[in-house]
Order: sequence, then structure tokens, then C-alpha cells
Amino acid sequence: MRWLRKNLIGIVAVLVLVYLFIPIAVIMALSFNNPKGKFNLSWNEFSLDAWTDLCGVPGVCSSFVTSIEIGLVATLGATLLGTMISFALVRYRFRGRSTTNLLIFLPMATPEVVMGASLLALFLNMRLPLGIVTVTVAHVMFIISFVVVTVKARLQGMDPRLEEAARDLYANPRAVFRYVTFPLVLPGILGAALLGFSLSFDDFIISYFNAGTLVTFPIFIWGAAQRGIPVQVNALASLVFLVALAIVLGGQFLGHRRRKALENPKPILVDTLSRS
Amino acid sequence: MAAAVPQAGGQAPPASVVQRKSRTGYVLLFPGMAWLAVFFAIPLVTLFATSLQSPIEGRTGRYKPGLEIGNYASALSEYWPQFLRSFLYAGVATVLALAIAYPLAYFIAFRAGKWRSLMLVLVIAPSFASFLLRTYAWKTILADEGPITSTLNALHLLPDGRILNTWIAVIAGLTYNFLPFMILPLYAALEKIDPRLIEAASDLYASPQTAFRKVTWPLSMPGVVAGTLLTFIPAAGDYINAELLGSPKNRMIGNEIQTNFIEYRDYPTASALSFILMTIILVMVFTYIRRAGTEDLV
Repeated sequence: MRWLRKNLIGIVAVLVLVYLFIPIAVIMALSFNNPKGKFNLSWNEFSLDAWTDLCGVPGVCSSFVTSIEIGLVATLGATLLGTMISFALVRYRFRGRSTTNLLIFLPMATPEVVMGASLLALFLNMRLPLGIVTVTVAHVMFIISFVVVTVKARLQGMDPRLEEAARDLYANPRAVFRYVTFPLVLPGILGAALLGFSLSFDDFIISYFNAGTLVTFPIFIWGAAQRGIPVQVNALASLVFLVALAIVLGGQFLGHRRRKALENPKPILVDTLSRS
Repeated sequence: MAAAVPQAGGQAPPASVVQRKSRTGYVLLFPGMAWLAVFFAIPLVTLFATSLQSPIEGRTGRYKPGLEIGNYASALSEYWPQFLRSFLYAGVATVLALAIAYPLAYFIAFRAGKWRSLMLVLVIAPSFASFLLRTYAWKTILADEGPITSTLNALHLLPDGRILNTWIAVIAGLTYNFLPFMILPLYAALEKIDPRLIEAASDLYASPQTAFRKVTWPLSMPGVVAGTLLTFIPAAGDYINAELLGSPKNRMIGNEIQTNFIEYRDYPTASALSFILMTIILVMVFTYIRRAGTEDLV
């Protein structure tokens, strides 16, 4: 009983984590299903068909590729624009700071359906054709704020003494940026890019408003939900989940090793330093 | 909107960082801010203009510029139940998410030790699987013959005898889908608390309950505020959960905005609904932030 009281919060924490993964387990399990009828909702029998023929249903793979293309371009654009804004916010003084902060905060406080509808209103009024360009433009817009928040936090958390040290050692501003600032901010930028890609790849609401006849992966799933989602969709989603998890865990591992190396410098380095 | 990254408008930068004043700042700022102005701010203006348009006789889907304030009155009188439902569902889901997220965030911040970063990865990992598919998976989990529904039915706990296609399923879906947005800011706030403060409370003979109520909870307030906002806002505007897990009786305002905009091509009504939704949410956000006394959200 005392053990239970002492570990209660740990037990609850683990249960919540399990809860978070229940739908993932369902998605993965049903990717090995051979559904009875059109709807892949309950277990029927084991089958590898979806995994051996990932593109077996028309439209699945083309929509998947479309989403990856949009994700890559939108992430590149938003990461670039957002990183520049972060540097300006942390390193430079300028007028209109509160307006700037508001314009960065508002997209995160606006429901997606409002952003989707307002962009569609703009595109309709301008008579612009809807498609891959309008969707990508929209994705860049809503990802920028998340990039700014992530990169800004990293920049603010940086030890300013590292850059000072480089300057003391006669590095010119360009060298300081290239060899000190940029490598230190890079993990933040990569993290922001990963977040941006996953937001873009998974976005349904804003894309649906501005896609016209374009079909992204989420739009394909939405359309398929009415007449039965093909098993291939479950397989592809499981694949994306595993790849993303591997990337994040790999990044964590590398970051951990880097921190360790910084905390405990190699003996040879200590040796050289103590002799000099 | 990471919980409490300070430096809101006009605040002094950390003393150690030199902030330069040069044109470079504006050059760095311009492209991104221009993008946000053109594709976020201007569309909102267009949306407002669209909400005041009036129909052109005999041509469906065509509207002329106008000042039809009546669009707002008719939108509200027709769709007020959906507004009410959206805020009710989102509110219940937010409270549930807070109750579920707090123990996990607390554990990760104070007890997880070397497992901390792995547990944080596990919190965001489910988001890597498609939002739509995760919602769809709840159809399987909450199915009529499934273990959860049968158990609750055996205990006579379900008013309609089922979960799927009722408000319970919609709220369950909303709670699940936005949970990481609650956990992460809570964790960020809890992690900043010096554990010695809690120790000090117990040294001064506070019971664990009192220590939590008087020390931990108030200090975690910035995370509670950020988390509830990050959960409530997307939940109130969501229509995926209502569409996939609910019945036509559970339609939320997002469903109506989508249907009016894309299917009926009634742009003025859809725009008026979007604008009302956005205004209500912004008013709630700012009064809530002010009452909770946390100004440094951005």
C-alpha cells in the first residue's frame, strides 16, 4: 500500500503514455489486416498485402508524394524566413517590436479553419487558381511562427561568452557566425525544420480549403474515410511514424553524445591544455 | 508559444546579449514579416470584407461588395447552437486534458531522471502518425461491440447505449488529439521550478497536498495557461473529430464554416462565422491571460 502511494504518480504517468499510443497500436495492427468489406475498422485476418504492395490502390502514393513535396518546399521556406526573424528579434534593435511579436503570435492563436477560410477568400478574390502553389504558400505562413518560437528559444539559451571568446581570439564577425553561432543554433534550426515538416505533412484543414482539386495525403484519407480507408494508408502512416521516431531518437542520441563530449573533454585535450 | 519564453514587446534583452541597432535587423525581419502580412493579415481583412458581401441575384456563388451587417445577425441566429456546442466540447476536453496531462508532466519534470528526454520524445511521437488516422482509430477503439463500450454498458453508464456517434466520442477525440499541446507547456513550466522550494515547504511542515496547492500549482500557472490555450483554441475550431466520431447532432462551428464555404459556396455566411469564432476566441484569450496574470506568453 505504501509502495502504491509512493509510486502512484509514476503509474499514472505510464498509463497516460500508454493511452497516447493506443491509436498508434490500432493503426499499425490494422495495417496487417485483411478487412472484411470496405471498412478497415475491425480485425479479420492477418495479411501482408498492404506492405508488399504499398501503392496498390490508385491515388495513395501520388498523394503521399505530393505531401512530401509540399512539406519539403514549405519547410525550407518557413525555416529560412523564421530563422531570419529569430535572429532579428534576439540580436537586433528595431522599431515596431510589439507589432512584430503580435503578428508572430496571432497565427498560433487563430483556429486553422479561420486561416483556411481567410486565405481562400483572398485567393478567390484575386481569382488565383487553387493548387500546389496556394497550399505551399499557406503552409509556409502557418509554420513560420513555430520556427520563430523554436529557434528564438535556442538563441536566447546560448551562452554569449562563447561568441565573446571567439571575438577575443580575433575571429571576424563572419568567422564568429560560421564557426560558433551557426553550429550552436543548428540543432534548434533542425528541430524547427522537423516540426515544420510534420506540421505541413499532417495538415488537413488549411490544405483542404486551398487545394482545389489537388489531393494531399491527408485529403486522400479524408475522402477515403467515407467509403473505407485502404489498408495501404495504414501501412504508409506506420512507416512515416517509425521513420520520424527514428530520426528524433537518433537526434537525441547524437545530442547526448555531443553534450557528454563537451562536459568531459577527451583526456588528450586536457593533457595538451595543462601542458601549455 | 513555448510557455514562458520571456521578452514580450519592448522588454529589455538579457543583459549579456548585445543587441545591435543596424539596418541588418530590418533586412532579416522583412521577408518573413511580409509573408505573414500578405498571407495572414491581409486575408483576415479580405475575410471581413467577404463577410459583408451581398448575393448577386440569380447567380449562386457570386457576391458583390457590400455592407451587409445583417449577415452577422443571420449567421448567429442560425448557428448559435453550434457555437455553444464548440465552446462546451472544447472546454470539457481542455479540463480533461489538464487532468490527464498534469501527472505525466509532473513526473517527467521531477521524477523521470535519465528517462526524461525519452519520455518527452514519447509524448510527441504519436503526432508523427496522421491526425486523421489517429482520430479514425478511435472508431475502432470505441466501437459498439468493443471492450470499452461493452464494459460501460454492462455498468449502465452510457445514456445512449453507445459511445460512437455521440458527444462522448467527440469530446474523447478532442481530448486525445490535443493532449501533447497540454503536456509540453506544463512540463516546460514545472521543469523551471526549483525542487528546493517544494522541499522547503515540507520542511516547514506543509503536507504534500498543501505543498502542492501553495507552491507547485501556483508556480506551474504559466504552463497551465499556455497549455489550456493551446488545447482550447484548436479544439474549438476543430471539425475533424465531430465529423469522424460524432453524428449530425454533434456538429461544431468548424463543420458549418467548412460546409458553407466549400459546399454551399455561401462565402459571406462562412466568413461571418469565421470572424465571430476568431473574435470570441481572441477576447477569451486576452481576458484569460490578463486574469491569470501571465503576460509573457509569446
